[in-house]
Parts: sequence; C-alpha cells; structure tokens
Amino acid sequence: MLVFIIRRLMQAALVVAVMSVLVFVGIYMIGDPLAILVSPEATELDREAIARSLGLDRPMWEQYLAFVGSALQGDFGKSFVFGQPAIGLILERMPATLELALIATIMSVLIGVPLGLYAGLRHETVAARAIMAGSVLGFSLPNFWVGLMLIMVFAVQLGWLPASGRGPTVDVFGIQLSFLTLAGWKYLALPALTLGLSKCALIVRLARATAREVMLMDFVKFARAKGLSEKRVIGVHILKNIMVPITTVTGLELGTLIAFAVITETIFSWPGMGKLLIDSIVHLDRPVVVAYLIVVVLLLVLISLIVDILYSVLDPRVRLGDAK
Amino acid sequence: MTDATLPVAELAKTESPWKRIAAEFAESKLALFGLAVLVILLVAALVAPWLSPQDPYNLAGLDIMDARQPPGEISAEGLRFLLGSDGQGRDMLSAMLYGLRISLVVGVVSVVASLAIGAMAGMAAAYFGGKVDALIMRIVDIQLSFPAILVALILLAVLGNGMDKVIIALIAVQWAYFARSAHGAALVERNKEYIEAARCLGLGRSRMLLRHLLPNCMPPLIVIATINIARAITLEATLSFLGLGVPVTEPSLGMLISNGFDYLLSGVYWISLFPGVLLTLVIIAINLVGDQLRDVLNPRLKR
Repeated sequence: MLVFIIRRLMQAALVVAVMSVLVFVGIYMIGDPLAILVSPEATELDREAIARSLGLDRPMWEQYLAFVGSALQGDFGKSFVFGQPAIGLILERMPATLELALIATIMSVLIGVPLGLYAGLRHETVAARAIMAGSVLGFSLPNFWVGLMLIMVFAVQLGWLPASGRGPTVDVFGIQLSFLTLAGWKYLALPALTLGLSKCALIVRLARATAREVMLMDFVKFARAKGLSEKRVIGVHILKNIMVPITTVTGLELGTLIAFAVITETIFSWPGMGKLLIDSIVHLDRPVVVAYLIVVVLLLVLISLIVDILYSVLDPRVRLGDAK
Repeated sequence: MTDATLPVAELAKTESPWKRIAAEFAESKLALFGLAVLVILLVAALVAPWLSPQDPYNLAGLDIMDARQPPGEISAEGLRFLLGSDGQGRDMLSAMLYGLRISLVVGVVSVVASLAIGAMAGMAAAYFGGKVDALIMRIVDIQLSFPAILVALILLAVLGNGMDKVIIALIAVQWAYFARSAHGAALVERNKEYIEAARCLGLGRSRMLLRHLLPNCMPPLIVIATINIARAITLEATLSFLGLGVPVTEPSLGMLISNGFDYLLSGVYWISLFPGVLLTLVIIAINLVGDQLRDVLNPRLKR
C-alpha cells in the first residue's frame, strides 16, 4: 500500500513538472500582459520599470527557473491584476468551488442511485423506461444551456431563486460555506443542479447496468432462498455491490466536475476558482492561470489516489500492491 | 488469393456484414428515429442557404429595428420571424440553420482527424510494443486523466479564437480516446491467426497495419467516433459560450445561445432557447444512433 502511494505521488510529481513547462511555455506565447496592465499613456521608462518589477524583461527560461524556484517554496508569483499572491487567490476561492462540486455530487448520487436501482430491478416497467429516457436527455443536454434555462424558468419567469452570486455564507473555521443556511441553499440550488445533472444521468445508467448484473448473481439467489425480505436483499446485498463502481466513477468524475465548475461558475457568477480562471485567461494573468492548473492537477491526483484506496477498501478482492 | 477464398465464402453462406449490421440496427425503433432526425438535420444544414429565409452573415441585410422581435413577429421588410430575432435583428431560424452547419462541421472534422491520428498512434503502440508503446500510452494516460474541457480551454487560451483553432483544440483533446481504444483492440487482434498468416506472407508493415489490423480494430472506434461527434459539438458550443470558440461573425449554435444570455434576464428567452433545443436534438440523435451501434458492433453481445 505504502509503495503504491509513493509510486503514485512520484508519478504525480512528474505530471506536475511536465504540465508546468507546457503551461508556462504556452501561456508565455500568448499576448503581452504589459499591453493590458500598463496604461497606453505611460512612458517607455515606466513600461520598462513595470516589466522589471514583474520579471517580464528576462528571457523565458530564466523566468521559468525563477518560477520553479519560488514555486517549490509555495510561492507561485503575484497576480498581475490583483497584486496578491496567485496561490492565495486560488485557495481563497477554492472552498466555493469544492462546495459546489461536492453538493452537486451528493445530489446526483442521492437522486441517481435509487432511480437507477429501480430501473435495473424493474427494467420492464414504463417507469423504468421513462427513467432511462430521462437519463439520455440528462447527459445529452448541454451543461451550460441547462444553466441558462434554469435561470430563465426559476429566476426570470417564476422569480423563486436568485440568478447569480453566492449570497450569505456561514464562517466555519475560516471557511465560508453556503449550505448551512436556507438563504445559502437558494443560491446554491441552481448551480448545483446544473453541474450535477449530467453526472446524475451517468449514475442512473451505471446503477441500472450494475443492478441488472448483480441481480443474476448466485449470492442474490441464495439470499432470496434463505428467505430474506426483499427489502434486505435489495437494500443490503444488491446496493452494497452497486456502490463499488458508483464510488469509483463518482470519485473520478469529481475531477471533471471541478473542471466543469468553470462553466457553471461563469453562468451563475459563483465566486469560485473556475470563474477566476476565466477572468485570468481574459486578462492574461499568467501567474494565476499557472497556479490554478497546478492546484487542479494536485487536486485530481489526490482524488484519484483516494478513489483507488477507497476501492480497495470497498472491494476486498482488489490489492493495490499489484497495481502497475 | 481471391480464388482460394471464394469457395469458402460460398460454403459458409455468410451475408455481407453491412447487411447484418443494418438489420440489427433497425431492430431498435428509437435508434431508427435518431437516425432519421440526424439525416433530416444533416440535409437541413447542407441546404441551409436555400432553406433559410435570410442570409444571417449579410450584415447589410439586417435592420437594428428588428432586434429582439418575439417569435411570429413580422420584420420591417415583411419577413416573418418564425422563431424571433436576435440582438442584431437577425432571423433566429436562419442563424440556427447556419449555426448548425458550423457545429456539425467542427464536430465531424475534428472527430475524423482525431480518429485517424488516435487510431494510428494506438495501433502503432500495440504493434511495435516496447518503448514506443510505453511512451505513447503514457502520454494517453496522462492526457485522459485531465478533464477534456480544461485541456481545450487552456489550448484555446494559447492559440486564440477561430474555427480552425477550435478544431485543433478538439483534436488534441479527443485523439487520446481513439488511441486507447485502438490500442486495446490491436493488442487483441495482434495475436490472431490472420495476422500471423499475413506476416508469413511477408507483407510490409504499412500494409499489415492499414489493410489487416485497422479494419479489424474499426468497430469499437466507429462507436467512439459517433459518440465523440456529439461530445465535440457540445464542447465547441461550451467553448464558444465562454468566448473562446468560433468568431462572433459566424456564430455556431453555442455562440447563439451565448448571445441570448445577455438578454435572458430581461425575459427575451427565444435567442437562447431555440438554438439550445436544436443543439440538444442533434446530440440526442447522435447518442441514440451511437448507443445502438455499440450494441450492434459489440462482439460480446452477438447472438
């Protein structure tokens, strides 16, 4: 287990290193941040002074080495736009994104698993077909368009929910959270629904497919033959086996959700790190873009590591040491 | 060679695989419906210049007085806006037909290109093995561990706007799916007897790969290609929505939806609603066809 974790962390370090070069070179090639940062009336001398203060006058490889040197000490440079440390800006906004992604995930599991289970166990019924048709719709609908339509219906036409922003938050150990108050939920509902919809459809399909497979297994027949109540057969024996793939997929999809939060946050003006990324791309704010990517890569690696460990806990047949 | 194989084929009395696939495909009414919708939309996109009431790219033909007219309203020139007009007085129906064209072109071109690149890379990795294999598949693994939207987003931030750049970004995002699938299929096929037979005949490498290995790796790739056209179209729409996709002058469906976002809060719903419905229709149709193709082409489900 320990060997496995160490190997994965080393792989992650390699990925982060390669990524940082690619991103740095890529970001370096686009536009001149000075053109945006310095007012057109500034003199040549001022421009040079600003370039020097941001380190933009040095050759690219030198900038990169300087970046790596300070990045290893946890310093990703200062945002050109905000003048604050980039990593601080990202971490400040991360809780909002993580909260949104986690709520969306929980919502999609709580809705998706029962529906998928039903569709799998009673796959001949009309309701099961309706659920499956709904799931096709769920993952076919373009994510951002769903968001717009939800705004149109619930914010504009009905006026029930706010169209943008995060609203009031509760401070828990220095982290701002929305889901603890009803007012916070009002702001959270539409973005979380938008983000979770396609995942929910995925979970429905997965739960259905697994349920149909598990249903035919010997241990289910045995449990029935033993005279267990249907409730126990489904609620314990089948559900437990469904949850193994569901956990894996949900965990791995969490990374996609965090990435997709970029869109949801843009639509609903949710003050998370995804919105910060889009703003930073528009403003050519290199340090923030690079810091965002590195944070997200670490997050993705962490998530997949946790999922793998969880998988081996849930399914005793899996041994991590053997994994290549 | 043909002389030797002919009698065998006659003996086995096998019908052509295309006929079998078509017959099995037609078993699902839903898939047929999806195919029909898809064909209709393809034709509509193809003949858009003749079908649409107005040329949406001809800015001179637009009247700002016609902006944001609700569906059914009549324009200054007596044209009826069946689905309303957008912020610049453009007929939505015409703009959507042209937008559908762009979305489909972006989707199909990027998928065909990434299919070609991915299939070659994956097959080469499986066929040559060793270091080539390790290198290619490691790149694929790393890329697939990133969410596609993020890779495309960063690429477009670097490359800039434009239809060609969107297509490049989509290829860069999608080739890995094909590479992985082709790799898997080729690993299985590589050890089969017909490849050994071909090798015994002393065929060249490119002939082996292209004429013998490739056709047998195609079924799973076709399924992925179908589904990925839908994914590519969605991704393009999403990127355009974020302002990183196609240029404003030639709006795709995603761009049209994005334009409507500005007016959504004032109750002007049709600019975002109708292009989105069309987009969804395209994607559902492709997904239905893809789902059925997956079942038909999956050897494990063969009866």
